[in-house]
Amino acid sequence: MAVASARLRTLSDHVAQAAGLDARLLGMMIVLLAIWLGFDILTGGIFLTARNLFNLSLQVSVVGIMACGMVLVIVARQIDLSVGSQIGFIGVFGALLQSEILPIDGAATWWITCLAMLAAGAIIGAVQGALVAYAGIPSFVVTLGGLLFFRNAAYQINEGRTISPLNETFQLLGGGLNGTIGAVWSWIVGLFAIAAVVLVVARSRRRRRGHKVAQRPLSMDAIMVGVWTLVIVGFVMVMNGYQQPATGIVMGIAIPVLILMAVVVAMSLIARKHRFGRHVFAMGGSGESAELAGINTRWLLVLVFTVMGVLCGLASIVVTARLNAGASVTGTMTELNVIAAAVIGGTSLAGGVGTIYGGLVGALIMQSLESGMILMGVPTPMQKMVLALVLILAVWIDMTYRRRRLA
Amino acid sequence: MNPEPLVQFRGITKTFGGVHAVDNVSLDLMPGEVLGLLGHNGAGKSTLVKILSGVFLADAGEIRIGGEPAVIRSTRDAKALGIETIYQNLALSENLDAVANLFLGREISGRFGFMNEEAMEEAARATLHRIKLRLPSLSNLVASLSGGQRQAVAIARAVHFNARVLIMDEPTAALGPEETRKVGALIRELASQGIGIILISHDIHDVFDLADRLSVMKNGRVVGTVATHEVDQDQVLAMIIAGTMPARAAR
Repeated sequence: MAVASARLRTLSDHVAQAAGLDARLLGMMIVLLAIWLGFDILTGGIFLTARNLFNLSLQVSVVGIMACGMVLVIVARQIDLSVGSQIGFIGVFGALLQSEILPIDGAATWWITCLAMLAAGAIIGAVQGALVAYAGIPSFVVTLGGLLFFRNAAYQINEGRTISPLNETFQLLGGGLNGTIGAVWSWIVGLFAIAAVVLVVARSRRRRRGHKVAQRPLSMDAIMVGVWTLVIVGFVMVMNGYQQPATGIVMGIAIPVLILMAVVVAMSLIARKHRFGRHVFAMGGSGESAELAGINTRWLLVLVFTVMGVLCGLASIVVTARLNAGASVTGTMTELNVIAAAVIGGTSLAGGVGTIYGGLVGALIMQSLESGMILMGVPTPMQKMVLALVLILAVWIDMTYRRRRLA
Repeated sequence: MNPEPLVQFRGITKTFGGVHAVDNVSLDLMPGEVLGLLGHNGAGKSTLVKILSGVFLADAGEIRIGGEPAVIRSTRDAKALGIETIYQNLALSENLDAVANLFLGREISGRFGFMNEEAMEEAARATLHRIKLRLPSLSNLVASLSGGQRQAVAIARAVHFNARVLIMDEPTAALGPEETRKVGALIRELASQGIGIILISHDIHDVFDLADRLSVMKNGRVVGTVATHEVDQDQVLAMIIAGTMPARAAR
């Protein structure tokens, strides 16, 4: 029995490794698919329509962007409770900037606002990170303070008003009716993505040959390229399958979703291929070992929180543009969704373990559950109660899995 | 003809909250020499070498490396001077694989800091081959490695970057007899290449067969330094326990 199950586990590990994924991520993707199919049956075929999936992609982008940063924060054995308040505060700041300081219709207004919002996030993150790293205050306390501070700062700086409307170009970043790239560009993006996958695989093969490192079987690489191509083509087809309700024009990929994809790819590269990411994992696994290896762990912490802040700025741009308003309440309780996404995605609160893709899948699982329950007419309090239980369940499964691995 | 000492401690002192952990210690390490550093727990051995490896800053005294006064303010400074340390707990990151640990903090990376993992794997393989230590797979997480395999990773990390001085804190404490023998042979091999090695132990049996000279510490001070072939184990034990020099070897 035990031998057989151990053998099965080894086999599943091999399959997952061959696909370039770890076994747990594969498991989570299967869970996600099961949720989608389940809701599709429960809603009588509404869930898996192009329209609903388009909306799902749009809804997941804000939490998804932040989850990428939160994975890194939790891997570093820290927490950031202030992210929801950050997007509220930065949103009000950006709205005030474009409506009261810059000319609202100015050609440069949208990008100046964006840069300012990203910079605001970076500064907030750097200050919180410095308080954690150099003042030695636990991140739980610093960011709990940040949660209170920035939420109320958001009320303070605009005296509780909701600032609307915003610059029209800026609004596109939220993915409204015009905030998508249309059918042709969606295909072009898809083709670029496929080309990128092929290039990455080919480059890895070339480097492995050059350094006489064991080569992956060609068939496995071919399967990987094939699977990714299918996923990308399928995604573009679904996004192009949804037409604007009023005009019948094909929507294509929404701009926030493009931003999310760019963030996922960039953060994944940073986490897995960049020295910075490697050091964050080392620090989260063992701070002492990282320090003895000559890593400046304090500075590293400042950077981690700064990255989180920049991603909050980005998420704030998306959510503020989508609402077409700077409101003080924006992002209330979002920190819990973001943390839950990271944790459901397999990021260990003990530090040192986690993947960016996992965070994205975690965000998708959370958003899919919420969206499916809305479609089924489940009352809002009930939705939140279910999500809470799912979070606990996910962590329990994760802990069980880890214990069995070590046994 | 006396070659110049590789490392010279001169009057090193370090106090923690009024307690003299290391008290006015002077000690030399020659190139190609294995120096055993013995003493009870709390005798000051670890503190002394942590000053050399950049973990602690001495309150007073001077360290000379190859005759030149050295300023060692961080582990990074120490590594830049060719001083590598294998800590008792090995200081490995269990959530990373062997290659990642070997290059931790010194990754081979190109423009913009992106790592060349293939180059690192190749180099790690070459180093393990050079020191005749083998690992089943370089991509296994350190958490899944045995004690001896972890030791191999830690040693490979220390020698990969052309160390001149190697500090080993209780190198064989966690190993079985076979692995202990292997590590012992490796220590002699590295010394024959001209590397100066400091072996720290509280157990005389661990170092007696390996060390050229033995220094004994007690209460933060050096009791004395003797050539291993001039003393027997009982005399060294007397140095450790009573803090007295053997009559014959006293100098």
